[in-house]
Amino acid sequence: MTSSLNKIQQSKNNSPKWITHIVVPIFNLLVALLIAGVVIYFNGDDPFDALLLLIKGSFGNDEFIGFTLYYTTNFIFTGLAVSIAFHCGLFNIGGEGQAYIGGLGVGLVAIYLGHLSPFFVIPLCIIAAIIFGASWSFVPAYLQAKRGSHIVITTIMFNFLAAALMTYLMVEILIEPGQQAPQSREFNENSWLPFMHEIFEFFGIQISVSSLNFSFIIAIIVSILIWFFIWRTHWGYEIRTTGANQKAAIYAGISPSKNIILAMIISGALAGMVGINEIVGVHHRLILDFPAGFGFVGIAVALMGRNHPLGIFFAALLFGALYQGGAELSFDIPNITRDTMVFIQGLVILFSGALEFVFKPYIENIYFFIKNNLVRN
Amino acid sequence: MINTATANSKNIILDIKNIDKWFGHVHANQSVSIQIEKSTIHGIIGENGAGKSTLMSIVYGYYQADNGSIYVNGKEAFISSPVQALNHGIGMVHQHFMLVEPFTVLENIILGAETGTILENSLQRARTELKKLEENYSLNVDPDAIVGELPVGIRQRVEILKALYRGADIFILDEPTGVLTPQEVEHLFKILRSLKKQGKTIILITHKLREIMDLTDNVTVMRQGKVVTNKATKETNKEELAELMVGRSVILSVNKKEKKIGREILSVNNLTILDEKNIEKVKNISFNIHEGEIIGIAGVAGNGQTELLEALTGIRKINDGTINFLNKTFDNSRPINAKEIRKDGLAHVPEDRQKMGLVTAFSANESGILGYQDLSIYKGKIFLKKYAILKDMYNKFKRFDVRPSNPILKTSSFSGGNQQKIVLVREMDQEPELLVVGQPTRGVDIGAIEFIHKQLVELRNKGKAILLVSVELDEVLSLSDKILVMFDGKIVGKINQKDADEKTLGLLMAGAN
Repeated sequence: MTSSLNKIQQSKNNSPKWITHIVVPIFNLLVALLIAGVVIYFNGDDPFDALLLLIKGSFGNDEFIGFTLYYTTNFIFTGLAVSIAFHCGLFNIGGEGQAYIGGLGVGLVAIYLGHLSPFFVIPLCIIAAIIFGASWSFVPAYLQAKRGSHIVITTIMFNFLAAALMTYLMVEILIEPGQQAPQSREFNENSWLPFMHEIFEFFGIQISVSSLNFSFIIAIIVSILIWFFIWRTHWGYEIRTTGANQKAAIYAGISPSKNIILAMIISGALAGMVGINEIVGVHHRLILDFPAGFGFVGIAVALMGRNHPLGIFFAALLFGALYQGGAELSFDIPNITRDTMVFIQGLVILFSGALEFVFKPYIENIYFFIKNNLVRN
Repeated sequence: MINTATANSKNIILDIKNIDKWFGHVHANQSVSIQIEKSTIHGIIGENGAGKSTLMSIVYGYYQADNGSIYVNGKEAFISSPVQALNHGIGMVHQHFMLVEPFTVLENIILGAETGTILENSLQRARTELKKLEENYSLNVDPDAIVGELPVGIRQRVEILKALYRGADIFILDEPTGVLTPQEVEHLFKILRSLKKQGKTIILITHKLREIMDLTDNVTVMRQGKVVTNKATKETNKEELAELMVGRSVILSVNKKEKKIGREILSVNNLTILDEKNIEKVKNISFNIHEGEIIGIAGVAGNGQTELLEALTGIRKINDGTINFLNKTFDNSRPINAKEIRKDGLAHVPEDRQKMGLVTAFSANESGILGYQDLSIYKGKIFLKKYAILKDMYNKFKRFDVRPSNPILKTSSFSGGNQQKIVLVREMDQEPELLVVGQPTRGVDIGAIEFIHKQLVELRNKGKAILLVSVELDEVLSLSDKILVMFDGKIVGKINQKDADEKTLGLLMAGAN
């Protein structure tokens, strides 16, 4: 079957899948790094040094790897969130707000029920993240499905609403009594997710302390579940049909409004799970602004990962490495600031998101040139 | 092939010599040579994928040939873009119009050909020029009309005007009649003939034999990337051309035996349907269908057929009247649910397979379960039964001769005819009590048309009911047991097949009564 598959794809002037899915993204990444390198060079530093430090800073030792994977966890959640909405033809820009509110749900459970057994309170935290995140995306979803209000506009507005709501709650209600900083009290330890170094230690393996916690495993499990959901269930099938061809969906008796709401609820729930990693995974208290742009970077992750859980994993890993390695880099070379790293991330997003197909035709032409000449000679 | 001695004496305006074009492994044009005489209408006919569109894309500069050359008026032309094609006097009227809908006709015509900074000057110049062109060719287009509000037939004339305005001498028309009503086709042919009389040359790409016979002076038949024959049209006939196109003999007529009708399957009573703008599209119509019967609905596109099909299948709501299907009655307060009615035994082959019948971005097996995705043969408690789906599709594709029969391929990589077969096998295989079919052979190769017609008749012979809507009069005439004619949302004629002929139907379709 694969041989005839290749034949057909080429007959339509399509290159094989590995060109689109592997060669093109890597090439885009290299171009982004090349431009970043030029900027760093003119900034007075050695770009190769910087690249080496970036790689070392993200994968150089087990502590750095731990932090890289901790960031990766957030990007997996937000990347999956954006991707499932994309599958339904929706652009969910509200990952940031949904993550924020998801974290609120986690925090409320941990504050008020944190004294219960961990086997009870941790699942409850996860459920709270899902319900709170989902409810925050439900309203925009409902308005899109039933009233035609554009989801991009409503989800952006809901980001602001979430931020305002959280500021109010943190400053006025959830703040630790007698403290100045707008943050809640530290949760009861029963609600803390185990850190990865603690889990490893349990099995007698020593690894360095980092923020990496059990949420990473949750993220991997969720990725697999989402893959099955999208590609192997009729719910996923109906969501994808709605996204790919709404007329065909109506023809097949698939309700677009139902599926828009379903996809957005799942999307919001996934974004909300960032709250698990951040709130009960790392900070152990509710704080302000913990989503820190993860929701927005999720858009780039989903684009680069081509809305496929496996692709999203690798894209999330890349951005995790850029976050962690970038922090180390600006520590080692003071000339390269945090802002320089934001600039480099911006380049990666630009080339692998917005300009993802700019180089594709050239790469394909090279491929066909080599292929045809080999075949004909 | 024409030998060069006679060719030179014939005033060749466009000489295509030994064009080769590869797409990956596929040799889409294999040493194609065609000579086109000045002020003639030259038809290029062939099945989908025969390479005729590729060839014209090369002539118009969208693709570059891998080999071979093109001569315009005896001089070699290197055409690497549509702009250069226009410089050589070659204009193209696309199958899908390239017009800006919110713009006026005039604005569309000068688009890309405007001169100077002040638009008003260009517009004025274009207006005078346009008036001259219109008078010469009797195009009847209002230059100030908004293109988006014009019917397709007139939009096509705007495309022709665009090419004329740019000084084209050679017009390439790619499947120009696919979207037109018979009247619009007649008008188009009149325009093309007058263009020819004024010394213009026309290349007509089509797969409709009738158009070749009616209109062209010369014809080229292409098959699998090669030119099979170049001929003067009057030296050939429909049957010969069909055989050359397909590569085997084709039976153009349908073989159908008398059949006794059974119980009533569907009855439509005083049905009225409104469209999105609350305009009545179907006006108070009634008819019924029995087992073992094909009811054909003839009519010019846009006379309510689409709305009727959509109402019957639960896509559009019923505004007034009732629809009885088997033992169930539906009306405005009891709407038809598209999913439920399918389960009750009403299958639907929609008019537009790409916009409605399939999801072109999906793999063929996923498109093959559209509408049936929650049948227990395809779906377990939670997961889709991927293996069962693939196996079922593979068998279905084999049975309906879908090529290639690999259901893993993307739907969009199948040709139009094969996509239609995927829809047909999906809908027919559930043994529906009633099959509602819209335009079953639109954009489908002759070979596949023959197959599809046979399948429809076979289903009818099994005692199932079929409602057939088609703008192809031949098709309605040869398949139906009874023919209803729709005009302006009403049924203006009910005729038994035996008593029907093209002329009476044509008059009814035009609303002559």
